[in-house]
Amino acid sequence: MRRGLSVFNMTSIALGLAFLYLPIVILVIYSFNASRLITVWGGWSTHWYAELLHDEGMRDAAWATLRIGFVSATFATVLGTLAAVVLVRLGRFKGRMLFSALVYAPLVMPEVIVGLSLLLLFVAVGIDRGFWTIVIAHTTVTMCFVTVVVQARLLDFDITLEEAAMDLGCPPLKAFLTITLPLIFPAIAAGWMLAFTLSLDDLVIASFTTGPGATTLPLRIYSEVRLGVKPEINAICTIMIAVVAIGVVTAALISKRGELMRARARNAATH
Amino acid sequence: MSENAPQRRSLGAWLVVVIPALWLVALFLVPFLIVLKLSLSETVIAQPPYVPVFDFSAGWQGMKDFFATLSFANYATLFSDTLYLATYLRSLQIATVSTLLLLLIGYPIAYGIARAPHRAQSILAMMVVLPFLTAFLIRIYAWINLLQPEGLVNNVLIALGIVRAPVEWLASDTAIYIGIVYSYLPFMVLPLYAVIEKMDETLLEAAADLGCPWWKAFWLVTLPLSLRGVVAGAVLCFIPIAGEFVIPDLLGGSESMMIGQTLWNEFFVNRDWPVASAVAVVLLCPLLAPILYHQHVQMRELEKRR
Repeated sequence: MRRGLSVFNMTSIALGLAFLYLPIVILVIYSFNASRLITVWGGWSTHWYAELLHDEGMRDAAWATLRIGFVSATFATVLGTLAAVVLVRLGRFKGRMLFSALVYAPLVMPEVIVGLSLLLLFVAVGIDRGFWTIVIAHTTVTMCFVTVVVQARLLDFDITLEEAAMDLGCPPLKAFLTITLPLIFPAIAAGWMLAFTLSLDDLVIASFTTGPGATTLPLRIYSEVRLGVKPEINAICTIMIAVVAIGVVTAALISKRGELMRARARNAATH
Repeated sequence: MSENAPQRRSLGAWLVVVIPALWLVALFLVPFLIVLKLSLSETVIAQPPYVPVFDFSAGWQGMKDFFATLSFANYATLFSDTLYLATYLRSLQIATVSTLLLLLIGYPIAYGIARAPHRAQSILAMMVVLPFLTAFLIRIYAWINLLQPEGLVNNVLIALGIVRAPVEWLASDTAIYIGIVYSYLPFMVLPLYAVIEKMDETLLEAAADLGCPWWKAFWLVTLPLSLRGVVAGAVLCFIPIAGEFVIPDLLGGSESMMIGQTLWNEFFVNRDWPVASAVAVVLLCPLLAPILYHQHVQMRELEKRR
């Protein structure tokens, strides 16, 4: 069978991508609209970005969001990587089914349920809600996404490399840290990026677990959007899209470099 | 730590299990038990706004009193009120219809990508994932822009002569479906692509050689072989859509809600935590089977490749 793009295949891909990208592209274009009316084009302008710079509430929210994203993504990466190692490497142990259920369920669980249950926990334990409760909540959900990403890479990993090291007398932990970890690093970095973007993005869980003084950008945007569409919102959305796009490209480059390094290592080993 | 040497498990390996396990038990499993408990409690005006409060210091008698005061009153309220019931059924209906829509739209895209030249495939798959990484809220907001009465969608439709007057898109079920399909498309396309891409194409060649028309070959060969991807995509979409809050809240009308909004309102507006918890439990019940199936699929993949 001919491998290539038939007219039908090409149309469905083109329509699909247009559907996915056009709304975002239009949103970005309208953030540069000089007109106050979001439906009328009034020429190019960066007016709304300048406006944002003076919006202190928005700036504070952005800063809080970035801090929460950074801390929770870091926790999530450590925990998620450990969970991936458990699932891929540890073989069978008592409670493995429960463990995997706890790892895979948050991936699909409706956010309202996760948010409500975490809030009730925080109330029951008596923790003041704010920055750290959002961090804990985001860590819990995003670590499972990290696990899935790292697990895929660990499954492809050539275990004999680690075994060779251990046969030569290297202790397991050292073998893991010096051989496996550097080789799966691209996946870990990609997992961190995913956790970070998911945290930047979250509205529902943050709504439940937030407290006084911890307003994130999505919470801010949500309360503004409910009041109506404003060009400032287009501008802040465009900035968020740019941050994520830069992050994704960086992650892609890191994993590309990782692949190159692996290919080089393989060549060096065979020649 | 490798498979063939389980006896070498050390303190380190034990720690590797215990740290993530403890985290998930304390912050995912225990909170659910609290929700379950709270759904059987009564609302009071106090802090926290429910009774009974679990009191360990009261000892055995306290435990007995605690269980004696639990009641199913919240569930009785939920099931006797037709408004709750209608919202609940509506959520399941919207989740079902949008999952079918996602399949109809996602399948051709996944198929097209899987049949693209190898070099282009990973780029195309990446392009499908990318919008998923830009904030969910932003993507819904983008549609609020487009679906305004004088928005771009109406302008284009009027310019093309398809409609005469602007259509009221916002605050309608159509807007909800657009928002859902837009947000969940990558979750449908990726599992489908993964399965179709692995399919043995010589089967289709054989069918074609034997004179089978392409649509029949699709129906008899491609579709059955990609059924696993279809189910995976459907599960991945159906579960979160059923509990969706942001999309119906921002794009839907105020007269008909989804169950996620009910939970939100009970909690944030009515401050009725026990009823909100009961709603969460009722919402979770029909989702348990697909959630367990999702776990089963993940584990099977894991075992197969290990």
